Amino acid sequence: MEKSLTRYIWSNTRLQQIWILIVVAVSMIPYFLSFDLPKQIVNGPIQGTGFESPGATQTFMRIRYDIPYVGEVTFFNGLELTRFETLMALSLVFLLLVIVNGLFKLYINTYKGRLGERMLRRIRFELIDRVLRFPPSQFKRVKSAEIATMIKDEVEPMGGFTGDAFVQPALLGGQALTALVFIIMQNFWLGMIAAGIVAIQGVVIPRMRKRLLELGRQRQLTARELSGRVGEIVDGIGTIHGNDTSNYERADIAARLGLIFSIRYDLYQWKFLVKFINNFLAQVTPFLFYSIGGVLALQGRLDIGQLVAVINAYKDLPGPLKELIDWDQARQDVQVKYAQVVEQFNVDRLVDPKIQALAPTPAGRLEHSLHAVNLTVLDDSGAPLLNHISVEINPSETVAVVGNSASGAEALAEAFARLVWPDQGRITIDGTDLLDLPESVTGRRIAYAASDTYFFHGTLRDNLLYGLKHAPLTKVEYEGKQAINYKWNINEARRAGNPELDLNSDWVDYTSAGVTGPHDLFKVVRPVLDAVMISQDIQDMALRSLVNTATHSDLTDRIVELREALRKRLKKEGLEDLVVPFKLKEYNPQATIGENLLFGTMKRPMMTNRKLAAHPYFRSVLRENDLYIDLYFMGLEIASNAVELFQDLPPDHPFFQQLTFMTADDIPAYQILLQKLQGRGFEAASPEERSNIIRLSFSYIEPRHRFGLLNDELMAKIVDARARFHENLPADLKEVIERYDPKKFISSATLLDNVLFGRVGFAQADGTDKLRDIMRDIFNKLGLFESVLSIGLDFDVGSGGKRLTNVQRQKLNVARALLKRSDYLIFNRPLPALDQRIQDKITHNIMENLHKEGHSPSIIWVLSNTSLAKLFDRVIVFDNGALVEDGTHATLLEKNGVFRQLAS
Amino acid sequence: MLLKDEVEMLRRVPLFSGVAPAKLKLLAFTSERVSYKSGQVLFNQGDPADAAYVILSGAADILADSPSGEIKVAEIEHDSIVGEIAILCDVSRTATVRANSPLEALRISKDHFIKLLSDYPEMTIEIMRVLADRLSHTTTELSEARSKQKQHASK
Repeated sequence: MEKSLTRYIWSNTRLQQIWILIVVAVSMIPYFLSFDLPKQIVNGPIQGTGFESPGATQTFMRIRYDIPYVGEVTFFNGLELTRFETLMALSLVFLLLVIVNGLFKLYINTYKGRLGERMLRRIRFELIDRVLRFPPSQFKRVKSAEIATMIKDEVEPMGGFTGDAFVQPALLGGQALTALVFIIMQNFWLGMIAAGIVAIQGVVIPRMRKRLLELGRQRQLTARELSGRVGEIVDGIGTIHGNDTSNYERADIAARLGLIFSIRYDLYQWKFLVKFINNFLAQVTPFLFYSIGGVLALQGRLDIGQLVAVINAYKDLPGPLKELIDWDQARQDVQVKYAQVVEQFNVDRLVDPKIQALAPTPAGRLEHSLHAVNLTVLDDSGAPLLNHISVEINPSETVAVVGNSASGAEALAEAFARLVWPDQGRITIDGTDLLDLPESVTGRRIAYAASDTYFFHGTLRDNLLYGLKHAPLTKVEYEGKQAINYKWNINEARRAGNPELDLNSDWVDYTSAGVTGPHDLFKVVRPVLDAVMISQDIQDMALRSLVNTATHSDLTDRIVELREALRKRLKKEGLEDLVVPFKLKEYNPQATIGENLLFGTMKRPMMTNRKLAAHPYFRSVLRENDLYIDLYFMGLEIASNAVELFQDLPPDHPFFQQLTFMTADDIPAYQILLQKLQGRGFEAASPEERSNIIRLSFSYIEPRHRFGLLNDELMAKIVDARARFHENLPADLKEVIERYDPKKFISSATLLDNVLFGRVGFAQADGTDKLRDIMRDIFNKLGLFESVLSIGLDFDVGSGGKRLTNVQRQKLNVARALLKRSDYLIFNRPLPALDQRIQDKITHNIMENLHKEGHSPSIIWVLSNTSLAKLFDRVIVFDNGALVEDGTHATLLEKNGVFRQLAS
Repeated sequence: MLLKDEVEMLRRVPLFSGVAPAKLKLLAFTSERVSYKSGQVLFNQGDPADAAYVILSGAADILADSPSGEIKVAEIEHDSIVGEIAILCDVSRTATVRANSPLEALRISKDHFIKLLSDYPEMTIEIMRVLADRLSHTTTELSEARSKQKQHASK
């Protein structure tokens, strides 16, 4: 990258800078015209100069201006106007000039602002582009938060500076020079004094500023380190909690903040000192004029008129000069920041942009063998991980790589995946160095999965298909406003040197995955998910999530069929009492009283329990039949039971988990309530106390809590209230409450609740496990399992995939690699988080099923479990960075070598 | 079945006979009520132990795997507790328990059970009594088996 900011700005915005200079020059004409006008108005029409006789006229708008070096120029010959007309005309011209000047200012500022923003966009993009091209080793040295700060904050002032980079010095320099020349013209020696002081300012101030710049640089570095540390604290929060080192971190941060404070304080002190000296020098010049000029005048060597003229002219000098010095300060400041950033991003062995060039067409198959020649890889301390290895992996060959950890097996896999670059030797395909091949070949035809996974924030689907998003493959047709918007976006991108790739295009390369489009994607996704044994997890995620009925109508339209199938199946297996279904005219004993009343779900967050309880309609329904009073006494009974059971327990006692309707903190409050209300009638309670008591009854489930509070009469009353509640439901509640309807999908309930359409009985041993298996079976039988997977794939994986378990992440990582259908699949101990048994099962699945479906890639698998080596065509054994054995499983077993030791 | 009936049943279990009814009610409330069909398994040999079961009604077979297949070691009936040893000493299940009739049980999770023991020393003593009793039984059986073996050998 260009080291000098000024040159960087000039080379990227040359034409714009010249244009804005021209515009500024042109804007000077109305600016200077407006100086002369007030004098004309006062002297002319107001004081009457030139209008001495009544009815006299004057030439209006005869504009002549004395431009330095050009001479007198006549712009306009003028009109004959009376005194009053002249006053109006001149005033209007003044107004016009005000508007013109304002418009020029508006245009110039907008233009400069836009120029700056484009520049900022360009710099930021260029920096990120470089991050994408950093060699792998660079990432061991940099902290992500520091890079982010540099790109986000540190380059920010450069945008603001870009617009002023050339215009400001030209403008201010011109003004200052004019003033100085004018002074010299009045009196040469006094002019020389002024010039001398300016020269001193020009020499001394920048020198003093050197220290300011150094401090500014330190401020930038320490601030960047601070953000790096903050990033570390966030990433390592588990380690900090686990080791009780939070105070160590506090101390570290406090020390850093102290350092930053001292630097910034120093900076302020210097800044104001420099300002003081600067001001002093500026003020000293008039002193010299008065004293020396005065002496000269007294001696009669200087005309008093000249002295006054000089002093007057000097008024115009310090203003522009000060601004010029400020501009220079800003320039140096930005230049230092820029140099700092560039230094961090100027990295050796940056990946050539050609390697990452966009390739919309599918890459051809790799039909040649992967050949490591004399390969040596060193770790950061210089110790060899791989020591002069030569090995050839043929297409379609399955190879088990075996060795203890740190034997070199992992390093070989990483080198094949281009994650580490060889220190000596090379890896070639058909004679071409792997590192010289474009990523459009290696990133598509070679797949790699290791234990450290990375998932981007987004849905599971986005992450699973991430390995297929190489280029925008469809052209999106925009219409109307969007088309204009798109065009504008593309134009701006081009102007700031950004690429014109459309993020809204479908990037997924379906052809490479072996399908024709999004509709038959599951043809390949499903076997892969099954192979890594994660479909069950995804089914569970789907069951627990709310379903978008618009995008998953294939399933939601068949919900009735699903519910029926589940009922039939449960009946067939003699498990009818596992699920108690919702029936409009029956009380469901396994659901809470609240659920039984509502008989539906609330659309959260628009509607909550609290809001419903306060709703007048809901209250009026409860009041009829005195259900309100029944529930009140029931709540009282529940409270007294709970208090009796739990009053002696300390608040953190594990038994409180069972208490679903209140927390340990509520107990004392209810104890007091009970003392007041027990044995007295409904009327004794205030409205707030009533609702506190009734609230308890809403969460009551008889088979679970077993207080014996429900009887047939009460249940009938509740079912009756339910019917009345839904009968005249007002419009505002209709919108936010979905009634349970056996014929309809309930969009505000989870998929599980929708399929069950009832509640699982509490007393059923292993009920949920059984249901899970049964449901999977039913989904399969009805051909809906893929729709369920599709719902599950909408799951948001969270930042860095942290909403998934480690086991799920590793499985998905392997799935992602498999989906690419590469020619070389490299697995580097990809599943250590899993039980050995599951790891073996997945390896078997991949080796036996996937490899036999026609497309037969070469598989290079660094095994954790040596006994799996028999699944592979060939076994290579590493020990201490050297390749020690190479052959089929059988021959190596016969040999009494390292492999046999490892296998035993 | 309601909480108070369960409390009555728990009182008949020797292990809990010394515990105040209020505490039994708490125990019943915090435990899970589970029902099993005949032939359904409460837990399998080798499973990690996470709960003890109080049989409220019905009966179950205790089965152990042996080289010659599954053998029935004992049968338990209502008012008895099963599975408590494994959660006390953190071992996996030493036997399989399978209902041989429709069975109702209270499932007391491991944490709750341990907490109960530390809260109520009388229960701990009762547990110790039961364990000591079993140990002496086992010792007697062992010595009988040994002496039989000796007689066998000397013949």
